[in-house]
Amino acid sequence: MTTIAFPTLISRPTSYTGLWSWIGTVDHKRIGTLYGVTAFLYFLVGGIEALIIRGQLAQAESDLVSPEIFNQLFTMHGTTMVFLVVMPMSAAFFNWMVPLMIGARDVAFPRLNAFSYWTFLFGSIFLNLSFFLGGAPDAGWFGYANLTGITYSPGDGVTFWALGLTILGVASLAASFNFVVTILNMRAPGMSLMKMPVFVWMALVTSVLMALAMPIIAVALIQLTLDRVWDTNFFNPAAGGDPVLWQHLFWLFGHPEVYILILPAMGIISEVLPVFSRKPLFGYPAVVFAGAVIGFMGWFVWSHHMFTVGLGPAANSAFAISTMLIAVPTGVKIFNWIATTWGGRLQLNSAMLFSLGFIAMFIVGGLSGVSHASPPTDAQQQDTYYIVAHFHYVLFGGAILGLFAGGFYWWPKMTGKRLGEKLGKWQFWLMLVGFNLTFGPMHWLGMNGMPRRIATYADGLGWEMSNAISSAGALLLALSVLLFIINFIRTTSSRQEPEDDPWDARTLEWSIPSPPPAYNFARIPQVKSLDDFWYTKHPELLHDERGEEAAASAPAEEDTHGGGSIHLPGMSYYPFIVSIGVVIGVAGFMDVLVELPGTNIQFPWLSAVGIVIGMFGLIGWTFEPVSEEGGH
Amino acid sequence: MAQATLQGQEQHGNVADTNTGISNRKMLMWVFLASDCLFFGSFIATYLVYRNESLVGPYPNEILDIPVTSISTFVLLMSSLAMVLALNYAQKDRAGLARFWILAVAALGLVFLGFQVVEFTTFVDEGLTIHQNLFGTTFFILTGFHGLHVFVGVLWLLGMAFAHFKGALTSRSAEDLEMAGLYWHFVDIVWIVIFTVIYLIGFSDGEGIETIEHAATIIGG
Repeated sequence: MTTIAFPTLISRPTSYTGLWSWIGTVDHKRIGTLYGVTAFLYFLVGGIEALIIRGQLAQAESDLVSPEIFNQLFTMHGTTMVFLVVMPMSAAFFNWMVPLMIGARDVAFPRLNAFSYWTFLFGSIFLNLSFFLGGAPDAGWFGYANLTGITYSPGDGVTFWALGLTILGVASLAASFNFVVTILNMRAPGMSLMKMPVFVWMALVTSVLMALAMPIIAVALIQLTLDRVWDTNFFNPAAGGDPVLWQHLFWLFGHPEVYILILPAMGIISEVLPVFSRKPLFGYPAVVFAGAVIGFMGWFVWSHHMFTVGLGPAANSAFAISTMLIAVPTGVKIFNWIATTWGGRLQLNSAMLFSLGFIAMFIVGGLSGVSHASPPTDAQQQDTYYIVAHFHYVLFGGAILGLFAGGFYWWPKMTGKRLGEKLGKWQFWLMLVGFNLTFGPMHWLGMNGMPRRIATYADGLGWEMSNAISSAGALLLALSVLLFIINFIRTTSSRQEPEDDPWDARTLEWSIPSPPPAYNFARIPQVKSLDDFWYTKHPELLHDERGEEAAASAPAEEDTHGGGSIHLPGMSYYPFIVSIGVVIGVAGFMDVLVELPGTNIQFPWLSAVGIVIGMFGLIGWTFEPVSEEGGH
Repeated sequence: MAQATLQGQEQHGNVADTNTGISNRKMLMWVFLASDCLFFGSFIATYLVYRNESLVGPYPNEILDIPVTSISTFVLLMSSLAMVLALNYAQKDRAGLARFWILAVAALGLVFLGFQVVEFTTFVDEGLTIHQNLFGTTFFILTGFHGLHVFVGVLWLLGMAFAHFKGALTSRSAEDLEMAGLYWHFVDIVWIVIFTVIYLIGFSDGEGIETIEHAATIIGG
């Protein structure tokens, strides 16, 4: 049996500290940290964009920013919060927690995981470079054709947007493939699907949604880019093209995307609520099934974003019904969460408060959402601030509060230190009040007819007071985020004795040291039931013969695998290099085309450079052994 | 000992280690293909939405050459047969024959691409470009992306044939080849859909089928 040793193109990093060790890392925990830090920085960027928007709208006839800048701000605020904050922050928790919760030592493809992160990072930088290179995208986060066409958006901003999102799509796809395989294939022995923690289930549903939804937006973005740079006709009405096609493609991606944003947060609070209610999750199979049903039905509701397009009564009725139906599994989840807390011994710490805040705010957002599931009602609400209020209640009141709950809950596991409770509670209450002050009045504004995306409004329309309250609330939100930053700094510089299991929690990640060692589990756990770690700690709570048996005898210690000899994937620079190639390759479709001699083909020469770099990286990747120790 | 591996493959996660009994990288390939279905599905849907919507010619029925494309379709289908044979011989540890059939797959893929180049050039000469009309836009981009997939597959197979030159194309590494095979068969199946949608259905485009009898005359002649 001969195999050939290929020359090592770039030797792998050897040190586990310093800058190069981060660039070469394939450790899911470090990649999770990178995702988390990056997403939080973008949370600040998107937040500053929002503050400028609220500053502009605080009073009538304001001229704090020009309408052109205002358009860039709301476009980039939406794009940033969706693609650069909520998705990567969810990815941070997936990366950190999925392998730990299923008892694995890493994800299925550690280098692909690193590739996902770097591609996300470079794509996000590329997107934001537009601010300094001739103006950011300004056609709204859903970029409706044909406003995005070269005629109406002659600047480079929309091209930056289309190409940037394409790069981010590549990153999301790679990550979603990785997590589907990891969750289906790498669970600890005994952990059948219905013994997985709900968070892992939601990670699986989210990953499947991403794997299937991202290609659709990729196609739409490719079509848009080609329309702009190669003068094709996809959305060109003059040639018979139909701008409504963009809306269908965008929302066929966009509605599953909504669930991509919210399901991870739902998974997080499904972990937090049982732990701090001292009860098992109420109706685990129902919660899991509801999540899967949401993931499935999410594909059949997209046209409710298009009720005013004029698709006709049959289409509108069908999508109205499916939209109302999808509220059912969502309601099932909410009742299960409430029932989980019912009669429990509640510990109202920060993580729990954020989770309860999620439930309350998500109910408000869900109810306003069902109200525009009805086409005639929606016709009144379309494009008004009522819609803005609705989706901030689900995405901020839902996703962001849920992600903060996850942050407070898992911080001790990730760093070995608990975030300060006092500051945490202050942050929660400030955030809750600020949030409702900011977005609550938008319901009234919308019903009073204030349209979205207007840079300013005339005096005397009755919108002044609500807008002023909303802008004041935004300042409170900024203050609450500042408290989190202070809390982060104080916690990081504090000295605390690391605890493996500070919350007396239920899932496997708490069975190992905090922060976890590089290999996660010295011994791969054997799983016998849902919440296995909990019943290992409290065998008397298992009301069956196995519980009595377990209570009678201590768990048998299997041969412990010392940390030194555990086979871990080696670090690699190649994912970083391939990411650079991908970004340059896609960026080549910016304004850098050259005409091939003798033809009229506009050739993206920079893409060729990117392909060469990417191929070099791929070849190195292919022939680099997974770990230095080599053979099996 | 450095083990030559293919892209996306990680060495831990042997079949025995996984919950499903499917190796990690094979499952990765299946998930990728599911995702790619939506990619092609969106382009095909775009093509179908814009069928018969071009405002100016050339129209499909004026320009498509079904006999010629039938030949290239046949070539591509035969490449799938060669792929099956290649995998079969690799699994039986007959590396020489496996390599022969891998190169045959790649060669047939290149022949298909050659047909496509000739077709594209002819169409451009006849006035159909990506700017000309909706048919040009949707036709070139859809078949172009398919051609790109074939091209990537050819590179992959050539890489396999040469990277495993020293006799490694055996049952132990057959899964490498199986992954390439899954990809290749998928690209082939997508072509069958595209051929049906663009060429077979598209042949009547522009004529506007009005009655059953009219449809019969189109099919009949």
